[in-house]
Amino acid sequence: MIRLGIDVGGTNTDGVLLGQNDDIIASTKSVTTKDIFTGIENNISYLLDHTTINAADIKIATLGTTHCTNAIVERKSLNKVGIIRLCLPSGSAVPPLLDWPEDLVKKLNAVSVMVHGGYEYNGTPISQLDRNELKKAADQLSGKVDSLAIIGVFSPVLSEQEEQAARFFADAMPGIPISISSQIGSIGLIERENATILNAALMTTIKHVAQEFERALAAKQIDANIFFGQNDGTLMTSDFAQKYPIYTIACGPTNSIRGAAHLSKEPNAIVVDIGGTTTDIGVLSNGFPRQTSLAVEVGGVRTNYRMPDIYSIGLGGGTKIYKQGDRWQVGPESVGYRLTEEAYVFGGQTLTATDVAIAAGSMHIEDAQTDKVKSVPSSCIYPLLVDKVEQAIDRMKTSAEDIPVILVGGGADLMPESLKGASTVIRPEHAGVANAIGAALGDISGTVERIYPLEDQSYQDVIHSARKEAIQLAIDAGAHPDKTDIIQQEDFPLAYLPGNAILVRVKAAGPLKL
Amino acid sequence: MNVLTEQDIKHISVGAAVLGTGGGGDPYIGNLMALAAIRKYGPVRVVTVDELDDNARVLPASGMGSPSVLVEKIPSFEQLSAPLKAYEQATETKTDVIMPIEIGGVNSLIPVAVAAMNGLPILDGDAMGRAFPEAQMVTFHLDGLKPGVAAIGDEQGNAVTIRPVDGFWAEKLARQVTIAMGGSSIVCDYGISGKQAKQSVIPGTLSLARKIGALLTTQVTTDIHPITQMLDILEGVKLFKGKATLIERRIEGGFTKGEATFEGMDEFNSQTCKLFFQNEHLLAEVDGHPVAITPDLIAVLDEETGMPITTEGLKYGARAVIVAFPANEKWRTEIGIQTAGPKYFKYDYEYIPLETLAKERIKR
Repeated sequence: MIRLGIDVGGTNTDGVLLGQNDDIIASTKSVTTKDIFTGIENNISYLLDHTTINAADIKIATLGTTHCTNAIVERKSLNKVGIIRLCLPSGSAVPPLLDWPEDLVKKLNAVSVMVHGGYEYNGTPISQLDRNELKKAADQLSGKVDSLAIIGVFSPVLSEQEEQAARFFADAMPGIPISISSQIGSIGLIERENATILNAALMTTIKHVAQEFERALAAKQIDANIFFGQNDGTLMTSDFAQKYPIYTIACGPTNSIRGAAHLSKEPNAIVVDIGGTTTDIGVLSNGFPRQTSLAVEVGGVRTNYRMPDIYSIGLGGGTKIYKQGDRWQVGPESVGYRLTEEAYVFGGQTLTATDVAIAAGSMHIEDAQTDKVKSVPSSCIYPLLVDKVEQAIDRMKTSAEDIPVILVGGGADLMPESLKGASTVIRPEHAGVANAIGAALGDISGTVERIYPLEDQSYQDVIHSARKEAIQLAIDAGAHPDKTDIIQQEDFPLAYLPGNAILVRVKAAGPLKL
Repeated sequence: MNVLTEQDIKHISVGAAVLGTGGGGDPYIGNLMALAAIRKYGPVRVVTVDELDDNARVLPASGMGSPSVLVEKIPSFEQLSAPLKAYEQATETKTDVIMPIEIGGVNSLIPVAVAAMNGLPILDGDAMGRAFPEAQMVTFHLDGLKPGVAAIGDEQGNAVTIRPVDGFWAEKLARQVTIAMGGSSIVCDYGISGKQAKQSVIPGTLSLARKIGALLTTQVTTDIHPITQMLDILEGVKLFKGKATLIERRIEGGFTKGEATFEGMDEFNSQTCKLFFQNEHLLAEVDGHPVAITPDLIAVLDEETGMPITTEGLKYGARAVIVAFPANEKWRTEIGIQTAGPKYFKYDYEYIPLETLAKERIKR
């Protein structure tokens, strides 16, 4: 059985074919095209043309994509969202979309309605749902919107009302996709609402991406199970992705981290992905990318759904190096893809990080004109580059102990043999296409993230039921029942809440069952 | 600052997070409430303490309870007004000016929303000059004032008025009512005259928060770092610059307590700073010697962005500048120290003012 992994990034589209034992058969890198179909098809053509692999042997095809991120950032092809907040009589002091960038609000053409509903922190209703009120809302939204977002107060504690409302609108407005907040975000109504609205706004985009991916595969006679990479480093089925497109956002860096894990065989490490303009630093924890616990902005909108904990710094192979007064400055400007024209070692006029690393003897590139950098005072500048990365690594660690560091990306060789804070520095083979490898490899996961009041249930019972539910969710999503296990478990006490409530986050994952 | 603009409100929310000394609840939701209120009801006029008529009736408004509830069960506009109405009814008075009781954290902007929707001006001053966890920790209490009538309201339209005998009872009773209301409420208490306000309010704190926020949110263009400029304005002290290397937190009695250890950088190289917190940062030690003690203000700022870091948001590896500001003189009195000094929070130190500690540190 062969796996095909495609990762569509902002600049490059990477592709990889993996064999029976997840060995790398072939890989390719090409420039991302405007239309999805062509870029993917080119990639597949290259892979099939340069191997003896039969298209019929490809059984799993996965796609990591930035299309949803781009749709939000560029405000393109977004759905008209009907926002239904179950909150009255609370909540009216902050209406939906209040803090959104104006241009995005204009593009969304959203209609929002607040109705009675929602829960207290302990799950007792603030108000019951009122069918007449829901009916009025449906009348108000019908014909004006093509996607719905339903958000209930304290739905991470109890999601019953949201589900009830979703059933009502599925009947009242047939064919309109519905996103409910309890399945997307965590505590913090506004941030969760924002994430749910964004999810609802991406329905058309994700559908289009899925159709084009299917079309590209069909054109090459590939009949495979289709999966999408999601931002926790696992896969989701095409059906699941079409309900939760927001989970594809930031799947690029997580695919890199997963790929790095596979290539290096390290379950716990810091992954440093050095590109042309930036370096992304992520954390590999038990084989999966660590999540951030902070609010994250997506396209200028504050959200709180799960996102990888990535720290980016302005350092890459093309980063410009210049003198300001008597001090050397490192970036953050970069020559980007024009590196091979502008860098000293390629006969250009701009001093870049690549020039400095070559002058320092750390990096070796064929055809580089090393004589051009002889006079570069690399002993002054090179430590600055290294220090930047070392500081960033340290920032991402959770303790002072040294930890393995995996270098991936085209600029990995910018760094020396050893780094401060690193127990070892690993540079795996095929590191340039780590993201496509990560996309091809993913497991299937199930996540439970919910608040549990400990008023009339014990801590042990809560954890036990959360674990059970996470495993079931993973199996439902397509994971192998016998091989699915808990990979992450955390709980946080919530300050000031009466009755000792805790936020529990449990993730289970297992390999695909085919 | 005669009228609050949307920009002012954003700046106040950042400044309020600094004055929140690590606690006080995330001002973001207060920011949104104030923003929504002025968009719907129009601008809010700011009056300074000096401008107050002696007979003016000034009423503080604040949120009480769990910030985790406030960010989910957001108040309604009606709820923001209900305690004010209940207070006026119970006391048979009319309110002329709304004031924040606590400038640190989310409570800096909730009263702005209350003022906007009732067409009342907001007072440039508060009764803490920072954030504190308990309701009796206000300058009114230090001056021997009683809360008088306290009115507590929720989103259902419930309003409860109580007549507690003192600040401690106000805290105890209002807290119970708040829990029954689902863990979050809006409270109006300590209604005072303009004359009393001139004596007991810490003046200028709203515009101070705005100024801090404006400084920290501007791009660094001048040679003087925004943090340095802020220290000048607040007569503050840079206590430390370093990296968080160890953070221990636990929940005790509904409060987040703990310690954070920082290893020094730059001019503080090879020194160690220990920070003690209970919702707010309350005590800082460098190499075993105290360098700032509550009620003086301690704030932790991100070294790169200058943005304040809360006690909950503090993580290993954070690079921070730790600063401290002298508390208002009212807090440095015997009763002030008794109410919110180190002993009250069970730290085994006598209160020593920040400036004295700084001089001792130089001698060492």
